Amino acid sequence: MKMMNCKDATRLMSERYERTLSLRERLALKVHTAMCRGCSNYGLHLDVLRLAARRLREGCEGGER
Amino acid sequence: MSKAGAQAAAPPWDDASISAIRRDMLRFARMQLRDSGAAEDMVQEALMAAMRSAKSFAGRSAFKTWMFAILRNKIVDHIRASSREICSSDLVGSSDLDAGLEEFDVLFKQGGHWNPDDRPATWSDPEAAFEQDAFWQVFDLCMNKLPEHIARVYTMRELLELETAEICAELGITPNNCFVILHRARLGLRECLENRWFQGESR
Ligand SMILES: [Zn+2]
Repeated sequence: MKMMNCKDATRLMSERYERTLSLRERLALKVHTAMCRGCSNYGLHLDVLRLAARRLREGCEGGER
Repeated sequence: MSKAGAQAAAPPWDDASISAIRRDMLRFARMQLRDSGAAEDMVQEALMAAMRSAKSFAGRSAFKTWMFAILRNKIVDHIRASSREICSSDLVGSSDLDAGLEEFDVLFKQGGHWNPDDRPATWSDPEAAFEQDAFWQVFDLCMNKLPEHIARVYTMRELLELETAEICAELGITPNNCFVILHRARLGLRECLENRWFQGESR
């Protein structure tokens, strides 16, 4: 199996919010992010984007004023 | 509405509370409509709908959440109505779809690995960032830097929480196009937030 690159890894990390990844995709992603600091950070950042969107949606940005 | 029994639970319709909530509602609406006039109208309608209802609340944040839910529904209705009127090709034309997509390719070297300059760094304490108004100004700015059709799909997905299938149907695009657009939105937004907010913080 060809090693996954960062471009593919970032695409899959986004798509996992939209669809269930196949076992093969999940494994390849796991192997890649274990070795790639940039992509493992990227995965964390996408979670931050999710949380930020939730704050906006619920109107709790900036805390209580 | 005048004979509200439980005063503590009545909505805080005083000017200070409302103007703070209104400002945040406007930001939320503007991110999705990109049209200040339409955003103002939408917020006004949501406020009026809220005032007509005699609902009571456990606290200010429950009240605010409820106001945002009303606003969200108004925006969803607006988008559903307008995407039926507007030909979907105006919204996300095939040439538009590709525009702005390649620009993110510069983040990667040949071979598809991160350019050293663009490799995602560690973000320190995002939760603390969420508490700062300056962060949300940067967030706003980064959303505005996304190409319009990309931002539209992203906000439909993340702020309005529509399912990808519905977004595709409303905009007349394939699921795969939808995935690609959302991916580009996340790449762009993340890059912008790192450059304009987190980079300065963590180094
Ligand atoms: Zn990588």
